[in-house]
Amino acid sequence: MEATTGSFAVKKGLAQMLKGGVIMDVVTPEHAKIAEEAGACAVMALERVPADIRANGGVARMSDPELILRIMDSVTIPVMAKCRIGHFVEAQILEAIGVDYIDESEVLTPADEEHHILKHNFNVPFVCGCRNIGEALRRIGEGAAMIRTKGEAGTGDVVEAVRHARTVIGAIRQLQTMGDEELMAFAKNNGAPYELVKETKELGRLPVVNFAAGGVATPADAALMMQLGVDGVFVGSGIFKSGDPAKRAAAIVKAVTHYQDASILAEVSKNLGEAMVGRNVSQMPEGEKIASRGW
Amino acid sequence: MKIGVLALQGDFAEHIVMLKRIGVEAAEVRLPAHLNDLDGLIMPGGESTTIGKLAVAYRLMDPLREFGRQKAIWGTCAGAIFLSKDVRRDQPLLGIMDITVQRNAFGRQVNSFEVDLDIPELKAATGSDAPYHTVFIRAPLIETVNGDAKIISQLPDGRIVAARQGKLLATSFHPELTRDERFHQYFVSLCR
Repeated sequence: MEATTGSFAVKKGLAQMLKGGVIMDVVTPEHAKIAEEAGACAVMALERVPADIRANGGVARMSDPELILRIMDSVTIPVMAKCRIGHFVEAQILEAIGVDYIDESEVLTPADEEHHILKHNFNVPFVCGCRNIGEALRRIGEGAAMIRTKGEAGTGDVVEAVRHARTVIGAIRQLQTMGDEELMAFAKNNGAPYELVKETKELGRLPVVNFAAGGVATPADAALMMQLGVDGVFVGSGIFKSGDPAKRAAAIVKAVTHYQDASILAEVSKNLGEAMVGRNVSQMPEGEKIASRGW
Repeated sequence: MKIGVLALQGDFAEHIVMLKRIGVEAAEVRLPAHLNDLDGLIMPGGESTTIGKLAVAYRLMDPLREFGRQKAIWGTCAGAIFLSKDVRRDQPLLGIMDITVQRNAFGRQVNSFEVDLDIPELKAATGSDAPYHTVFIRAPLIETVNGDAKIISQLPDGRIVAARQGKLLATSFHPELTRDERFHQYFVSLCR
């Protein structure tokens, strides 16, 4: 009757508890309390939201552990924090201070342009971004216990999140129509671990929870992603870069619960004030896009 | 037999999969009208603050209390918190089960764990002697069990992780994250 901690089941399990919920970026304990009060199922603690990371330029790194700890002390819901792609020491630090989930995130400047963190080495669970099924299954192969679309963070433009969710979900549909003898070629063509390809086909979904992220700014955006088939939604800059964060946050929480009920969606979309200004991804220079970070 | 699963937030889909596997019809509950025609209700794991706020916003509090006076309700983790009378914090609770709960009692996520437990009442209900594999995720503890409520399961050190009061059932752990259907079968027996 020995208790086991850090198993893949408990890592994946916390993500399952977050399903049907909204995870919000917060940069202060006050923001965290607003998010919790609005019904967020978790918060992402960081020094700058992605829109400000874009505006600031320079190298974006893990946030100050002191800030993350103050946010952890201010709320009872789970607290996530970001480390750079491949920066396993930032991850060790985040694990040491006790964050509930680590986002190995393309929003920060990558520390390794070839390798991601071997996430099986940690007791704390990881979430990673993806644009397609190959990326998703490679990250799960490395130990990610939760996946999110990359979208294009800090833009308020949902188009890339839609593209990535449709790409992943479309590939899963395609897998289910394939014969078992076709799976090895699928694994090869997508750069995805064969066993995980098989498991995905059997389950008819990714083997871990899959959220949308990167550009969600309105209740309608959130419900759109839910109707496309994701399990929940991350909102980064969309809340605290808007005119009335508390109201918008609560509206997005309700929209994710009632994502199929258009009359409730209409009700919660009323009088939210200004949405974040936003940047049109199709007019952005390639070099400014961050979704291509990660390998 | 038709059992509802409160679908405001959390792992309600996992409960629905388990119910279907044991041949029980399942329905998602998001609004008061969805409680009609149900024989029982499961309140899933998730974030209890989120679930509570949404239950208040969509006027589910009194209909859920009324449901619990007549029919079976099972709360897992966040659902158990929601059933309880007191968690020593200001958050919406149904308060229909005579237990007090401590949230996040084992610490943060790195302290989440799995362990096999012997649960005598489960053995009696399902006729199976095998130990039950329990999964605890940022789990609450049941601190006190009062009135008509009874202890159903304890950790080896005596801490309480499941309780029942008539047709109301509370578990700190998540049978919906396992492939063992016995706990769902046991709950179905309470719905009859």
